[in-house]
Amino acid sequence: MAIAEQQTQESRDGSWHGIVLQILKRNEISLIPYVPDRVLTPLIKNLHADPFFTTFATAREEEAVGIVAGAWMGGRRGAVLMQTSGFATLANVLASLAVPYQIPLIMFVSERGTLGEFNYGQSLVCRTMRPVLDSLALEHHTITRLDELEFITDRSIKQAVTTQAPVALILNPLLTGGKVFDK
Amino acid sequence: MNTRNTKVMNRFDVTSRLITKLKHEEAVIGGIGNTNFDLWAAGHRPQNFYMLGSMGLAFPIALGVALAQPDRRVFALEGDGSLLMQLGALATIAALKPKNLTMIVMDNGIYQITGAQPTPAAGVADIVAIAIGSGLASSAWAADEEDFERLVDDAMAASEPSLIAVRIDDKPGVGTTRRDPVQIRERFMHGLGVREPL
Repeated sequence: MAIAEQQTQESRDGSWHGIVLQILKRNEISLIPYVPDRVLTPLIKNLHADPFFTTFATAREEEAVGIVAGAWMGGRRGAVLMQTSGFATLANVLASLAVPYQIPLIMFVSERGTLGEFNYGQSLVCRTMRPVLDSLALEHHTITRLDELEFITDRSIKQAVTTQAPVALILNPLLTGGKVFDK
Repeated sequence: MNTRNTKVMNRFDVTSRLITKLKHEEAVIGGIGNTNFDLWAAGHRPQNFYMLGSMGLAFPIALGVALAQPDRRVFALEGDGSLLMQLGALATIAALKPKNLTMIVMDNGIYQITGAQPTPAAGVADIVAIAIGSGLASSAWAADEEDFERLVDDAMAASEPSLIAVRIDDKPGVGTTRRDPVQIRERFMHGLGVREPL
């Protein structure tokens, strides 16, 4: 099956990643730097396959935040994809760039560390994520249900842009299936 | 380090030389501390952006601007200590090959602003060799001020990203940027034509 055809198929099937891709497109978010995660792989693959998006890996998550911040100021919308442990590297850039400069930074975080985590370090670092978000009073939502994905994601992106404030959309294993030991 | 033939220059002087050459509303991103202090001191322009934290992100921010506005030339000023925090960004930029991005590294081998402690790279690592090794073929040391200006001219005519490294002295920045992040961001967006003032 051709990649484009497969992508349309996945969107029609209502997979979580198909829905996310369509919401990004609808909201004219075209710049997608990421640090990869196993769970995000189908989304990343389909973003690469779609010429609407400029999708690329960065060496660190904060680098990706800098890139989308610059792009926003230049008039182009972006979003950063990462894993829980990657979010844990962002406290400084959130507190010194995204929040004080009022940048609508849109973050998708694939949640490791819960609901069957097998790596102790992942389960520990996961516990730092929401306290960091809360300490900066940042909007964040944990998405667990496919039927709520579109509403939460689409509304949150629009709120981030109009209020010029960052948002973290946490993709829970209940939504994505997560990563289990035998993978 | 192959820097024996490079003159030790001054950050404010070199920054001023760059700004004098900008005639087409080029964007300039100043990194944390002295690089943006001297950018400010060289005379505020609406197309200047000043970082007040997020050490190491001048090049990534400039890359974002360059990707958003491919028809505008974008410059970024970064210190050697800052660049060491985010060396991976060089490979990201090399992979994306923005035609309109020029990176300038002010290398004095010290964290001047915190008390002039030497960086771990001082005396052992070569910024230009690192940049070339990261895939940025168009990277060079400026031999002196005249050579710096020539390299800027080349970069402005280039169709690939360029990096210019400048050996500088240990002097602090000349000015102090007004630390008003919202106004800095908003005025930068006006300067880039993204927004109109209220």
